[in-house]
Amino acid sequence: MAKDGQAGESRTGLLLVAPPLVYAVALLAGPMAMILLFSFWTQDFLDIDTTLTLNNYREAFRDPIYRELMGRSVWIAGVVTAVTVVLAFPVAYFISFHVAPRRKALWIFLVTIPFWTSYLVRVFLWKVILGFNGVLNTSLMGLGVIEEPLTVILYNLNAVVITLAHAYAPFAILPIFVALERIDRSLLEAARDLGDSALRAFWRVTLPLAMPGVVAASLIVFIPTIGDYVTPRLVGGPGGLMIANMIQTQFLRLDNAPMGATLAVLAMLSVGAIALVFVLLNRRFLKGRG
Amino acid sequence: MRGLRVYTLVYLLFLYAPILLLPVFAFNASTVIAFPLAGFTTEWFTELATIPALHTAVLTSLKIAGVVAVVSTLLGICAARAAARYRFPGKAGIMGLIMLPLILPEIIVAVALLVVFLQVGLPLTSLTVILGHVLICTPFCVAILNGAFQSLDPALEEAAVDLGETGWGAFRLIILPLVMPGIIASLLIAFTISMDEFIVAFFVSGSDATLPVYLWGQLRFPQRLPAVMALGTILVAASVLLLTLAELARRRGVRRRGGQDTGGFL
Amino acid sequence: MTALISLSGINKTYASYHALRDVSLDIGAGEFFSLLGPSGCGKTTLLRTIAGFETPETGHLRIDGRDMLRVPANKRPTNMVFQSYAIFPHLSVAENVGFGLRRSGDNRAEKAARIDEALGMVGLSGYGDRAAHALSGGQRQRVALARALILKPKVLLLDEPLSALDKKMREQMQSELRRLQRQVGITFVLVTHDQEEALIMSDRIAVMFEGAIAQVDTPQGIYRAPRSQQVAAFIGMMNFLPGTVRSDGGQLLADIAGLGTIPLPGDLAATARLGAAQFGLRPESLSIMFGSDPLPTGLFSDGTVAERAYYGDMTYYDIDLPGGASPVTCSMKNLLSRPVLEPGSAVRVAWEPGALSLFQDV
Repeated sequence: MAKDGQAGESRTGLLLVAPPLVYAVALLAGPMAMILLFSFWTQDFLDIDTTLTLNNYREAFRDPIYRELMGRSVWIAGVVTAVTVVLAFPVAYFISFHVAPRRKALWIFLVTIPFWTSYLVRVFLWKVILGFNGVLNTSLMGLGVIEEPLTVILYNLNAVVITLAHAYAPFAILPIFVALERIDRSLLEAARDLGDSALRAFWRVTLPLAMPGVVAASLIVFIPTIGDYVTPRLVGGPGGLMIANMIQTQFLRLDNAPMGATLAVLAMLSVGAIALVFVLLNRRFLKGRG
Repeated sequence: MRGLRVYTLVYLLFLYAPILLLPVFAFNASTVIAFPLAGFTTEWFTELATIPALHTAVLTSLKIAGVVAVVSTLLGICAARAAARYRFPGKAGIMGLIMLPLILPEIIVAVALLVVFLQVGLPLTSLTVILGHVLICTPFCVAILNGAFQSLDPALEEAAVDLGETGWGAFRLIILPLVMPGIIASLLIAFTISMDEFIVAFFVSGSDATLPVYLWGQLRFPQRLPAVMALGTILVAASVLLLTLAELARRRGVRRRGGQDTGGFL
Repeated sequence: MTALISLSGINKTYASYHALRDVSLDIGAGEFFSLLGPSGCGKTTLLRTIAGFETPETGHLRIDGRDMLRVPANKRPTNMVFQSYAIFPHLSVAENVGFGLRRSGDNRAEKAARIDEALGMVGLSGYGDRAAHALSGGQRQRVALARALILKPKVLLLDEPLSALDKKMREQMQSELRRLQRQVGITFVLVTHDQEEALIMSDRIAVMFEGAIAQVDTPQGIYRAPRSQQVAAFIGMMNFLPGTVRSDGGQLLADIAGLGTIPLPGDLAATARLGAAQFGLRPESLSIMFGSDPLPTGLFSDGTVAERAYYGDMTYYDIDLPGGASPVTCSMKNLLSRPVLEPGSAVRVAWEPGALSLFQDV
């Protein structure tokens, strides 16, 4: 297999990666470009006016409903991310530091299983759990903790946050777990040896070293959350709808594909901008420690 | 670290709550999905057998998931092998694009595909769902197969060639057997994702409703909910079964390569 | 000596990095030949070029008179023992060893016999059914050897085969490799960064730095007459003493810091130029005079022990000599009659002018 050096290696590599690459270009990059193009067109009753214009963007910024939905989506995604990551960290820490090495894979498997089971059914079950006559209310009343059913937990933002925090839990646990696993345990012993308490060693050594995992977890939860459609639709009620619901409405109900495309582009832009800020913050944070 | 253990167990309960409640209501003899329970019944399961639309949807989904599993695993093998073995210009960018659907909001992928299919004039059928699902599943396949390909010592392949095998012979006799468990895991995972995927299917399935699209339609009818619970129970059981098989295959692969197990998928 | 492997004008670059610079080399049939150098010197690239895993931009490679650069790795009469051993983890020991026989045309019984023979040769008789991943490091290495030797190649290439073993095991494998090489009579080309290993095992050694061959010679040749200061410093230990070569009435004299002025020995005088020079002296060519020792036959200087390192069989002394730029190191065998001197002790050091090396690198 005498290849002609690097030129040969490059050629073989490109040839091999070509099928998935062509596929991604044709069905991802192409369509995304199309969406971008669409966002500069306008819907003219049944036809699409293909003159390029910023009208959709103007409308998106002027109409308070779009603004509110976009703001709410970013807000919900932010809260979900914070809640998910904070709740997930101790679990990742426990698995990494307090589970015997040969059982770690099993624990990670246990944590991931719910993620792989029917998303629709899982979200719907939260509606059952959180509902007016739901599992939570009936149990709490049965136990005598509350007199009347709680109404603050369904068809509002709280329900959306709880459900999404549940749905994306493994996405948060896995990157943090990986980062924690990479920490050389002798670093912690060194910190203890130099006089730190266990808590201080955690604060000064473990946490900073786990930061890349936390940032990765935050991004990987934040990005898909902002575009979630099912959860706000099923448990959000009218006050809990998000931008994805509006995009869907524009495309499938109002037949205003250009407006839907514009909202999709704006959603992508906000995701991109926030992700960029995160990455830069992380880089700065890492640089600060040399 | 007792507190941490208790917290983790409570967290696991939170994670499993919906899945655990599912069979409870699936076997509950009441049309209302709430406590207290009314008694045991298998009526909802037998009802499933009498809904032709459901059967069509299941067949459609199985067919789609089968094709998706094979195609995205093949694409995944190409990408993972290229990433693990070769250097080529633009590698990071190319791999980034292939992996992008993993983190892209699904709604964006769905509307982008819808727009293109409509523009190209491709009718919305099972084919369009397959095209979308392959796009979504490929990154997962790449991630799983990467683990298998990366952990291979490149000298193994060279040793086979050194001992007289051709490049293809080395791939067939050495690489393929060693990554086979990864390929099986990839097939199972892609199949599971495709069976479960809702958003893309919702946008581009047209009249060929997949199982999740059918399910979504049923959620609006309260009287159908017990049957939905029964169906969900079956789906979850099937998913858990497939995933367990995938995990066992992956672990076998790690052992076969004589490596250390470092964690699950992704 | 007839050259079995003949390399000429080999150049290889990776992007901006010149891995092999105009390498020319002849390796004889039946030789145990070592490529020695620090990591990144190109020795592994050269080995992989012979195996067929790297293609140089220029140059020729002949094995047994046949041009090889266009011949793919699987068709070359070479087999390799990889640094990681590259034991196929999903195959048994016998399947690993017999891997190359797949295309041999032998029948089942013949193959089994050859596998048994190969396993016997490396001392692993009866291990055929073991799973490959259950082997120890030393056993893996033996399997890799058997697997490569079973095809009776003209050349066996070994890429740092002992670097993963612990010291005891390494020493044992060194002598075993030598024995095996004499037994099968195949040309061995060994890549190593361990100068001691190269000295112990090789018939000849090529020392490489930065992609180029610095010197090719027998172990004694390289140790006794290193051609450059770089080679001298890499092989064993050597004191470098600054000085000058000057002419006085037709005779060449050497002024050596700390050792004084001597007439330049004849073999050095042949190649010496006037002017600045570095003089090299191995630690064993210097000896401290103890009261019980007979009077020295060579020259001597007086100095003080600055530091000492006790090795059990030997003691290494760093000795400050008046007029010397830095202490010289001197190794002494620890005889019962000799005390181990403490730092600060005044000593007289004897040395042989005949052991001097002269470096006048430009």
